[in-house]
Amino acid sequence: MAADISSGGSSTITTYQGQGARMMLPAWVIIGFFLVLPVGMMLVYSFLTKEFRGGVIWDFSLAAYDQFFFDRGLFGDEPPKIEWTYITIFWRSIWQAAVATVLCLLIGFPTAWFIATRAGPARSIWLFAITIPYWVNLLIRTISMKFLIRDNGPLNEFLLAIGVIGEPIGLINTNFAVQLGLFYSYLPFMVLPIYASVERYNMAYSEAAADLYASKWAALRFVVLPIVKPGIIAGCILVFVPSLGAFLAPDLLGGAKNFMIGSLIEEQFKGNAGNWPFGAAASMILLSMVLVVLAFYARAQTKAGDR
Amino acid sequence: MANSDRQVAVKFETVSKRYGTFTALKQVSLDIFDNEFFTLLGPSGCGKTTLLRSIAGFEDIQDGAIRLFGEDIAELPPNKRSVNTVFQNYALFPHMDVTENVMFGLRMLGTSEAEARKRAQEVLDLVQLQSFADRMPNQLSGGQQQRVALARALAPNPRVLLLDEPLSALDLKLRQAVRLELQELQKDTGITFIFVTHDQEEALTMSDRIAVINAGEVQQVGNAREIYEEPNNAFVASFIGETNLIKVDVGEPQDGKVAATLPGGVQLNCSAAVGAHAGSGHLSIRPERVNFCPLDKANLTGTVQRVVYLGTDMQVEVAIQSGQTINARVQNTQMAVIPSIGETVGMQLDAAAARVLGA
Repeated sequence: MAADISSGGSSTITTYQGQGARMMLPAWVIIGFFLVLPVGMMLVYSFLTKEFRGGVIWDFSLAAYDQFFFDRGLFGDEPPKIEWTYITIFWRSIWQAAVATVLCLLIGFPTAWFIATRAGPARSIWLFAITIPYWVNLLIRTISMKFLIRDNGPLNEFLLAIGVIGEPIGLINTNFAVQLGLFYSYLPFMVLPIYASVERYNMAYSEAAADLYASKWAALRFVVLPIVKPGIIAGCILVFVPSLGAFLAPDLLGGAKNFMIGSLIEEQFKGNAGNWPFGAAASMILLSMVLVVLAFYARAQTKAGDR
Repeated sequence: MANSDRQVAVKFETVSKRYGTFTALKQVSLDIFDNEFFTLLGPSGCGKTTLLRSIAGFEDIQDGAIRLFGEDIAELPPNKRSVNTVFQNYALFPHMDVTENVMFGLRMLGTSEAEARKRAQEVLDLVQLQSFADRMPNQLSGGQQQRVALARALAPNPRVLLLDEPLSALDLKLRQAVRLELQELQKDTGITFIFVTHDQEEALTMSDRIAVINAGEVQQVGNAREIYEEPNNAFVASFIGETNLIKVDVGEPQDGKVAATLPGGVQLNCSAAVGAHAGSGHLSIRPERVNFCPLDKANLTGTVQRVVYLGTDMQVEVAIQSGQTINARVQNTQMAVIPSIGETVGMQLDAAAARVLGA
């Protein structure tokens, strides 16, 4: 009898394990097909030689990375100097993405706080309202933004009409326009994770802080922010990372002066003028930067977990 | 010490509070003295927590005034009031260790780091948590968390400590131990403790004085003995312990005494609560003050309906002439004579323990 039970038990476990492996299959297919394969291809392409009309020649070459970092003159025979063009574009992208992230945080945190502290039904309505614009295609929304802020657009006309300004302010094709576009595109990615954190936040902590002589600001600084920090970090990453590689907002709102990584990479794969290995190399450099950011995040999370 | 000589720590002057159409506090007036263990006792939703939170500043009051050592504090935000709270679920800051939690109030007051650390150690000694100073709240048991909350609230040396049902999350054994500790802590520190509970046993064992609250009104204020033995009204009598409320004919009260005619015609001279008046009324008597006796010595007779075994006692339910049921307690000793069901029994109500209640 006892033997029956134990053999029955172990066979159940075996079957279950078999099922477990099979149930993992879709996940592995997705990871393999949509993550490992494309990134792997990108990595390989970045080390190949470019074909002049787009595409690659299967010869190993470091030319793409060399072109990114070094300037060897027009004919490639001068001693290498640092090539600042692409580094500047990268630096500008990081700056734009950082400003957009800070903007999203400054607006997103109070918004998330407001929504999370509403009563049940109102909360759902506010959350829904936040997501409504995202039912419209990003391209359309970015173009609309362009119309809104151009010199003879509604914003300038309104400001002119009420007499705040004497002539249209040149918003379009500025860094600010790009930051505004990025901010507008990614705000919900800031609001939603912070909302999730704040919703779990126990308001008794704020009462305890006030009871222990903390002003509103001290309570925010020493109690609220540290407790909802995981949501804030998640929101910042979800805004910063796609902003870094964005090309719609910089392209449509920034113009040629405000070129960002996303546009640089996009150009390498468009039409006949492209340089696939160079585009792949730029993507790999972008990816490494993102991984560095994520590594910092992971380390912060582990530290928090240790405590 | 006569109450009139004592300094008032917290004074409620006709305080009212409404949520929409619901009235949480009705014209509450109450004096809580310095250095006393004062308990707000009442069923859930009676307004006792609202009263406590209005001292801390978490509830605005709509009418009246709250004075802390004479100063009107109604307009002060919570962080400007020199009172501290032990919250019901402690609300310990989850991202700070025990010492940091305890130091928080002192840091906010601008105390130097060294001094704050020294004071934190002092209060952690006081609640016997020295060895847990570096733990995070989630590494502590419920009882330990409760002590940290207590230490955190005591660290800034408040003039009044507010305790919002701090024992309700603990198991029974621990609760009984903590009661005594809290009482000793109050005597040692000399800080006024205002304690909110719905547990009458907790209130009776710990408090210097108790305010019984129901439906947003103070029903009675007094020490444990007064509340239990001299209840003002039916609510107090039945909320604190168990009681029998017998319908009686009441004579004209005089000097706190009154003659009550029991069902069956026997007259009993007993104490009268404030508000007791002639006519029909209720007489309260505790089950342990109803004694069985021979029929010829009885002032009340009836038929035994039920006998319930309670461990230390037996509860005997007796139906009397008027149809009411009287509960009597008989101690479960070898000598106890337990009447059997259906038997006609005589009962002697102890006149010294009987009280005619106000409306």
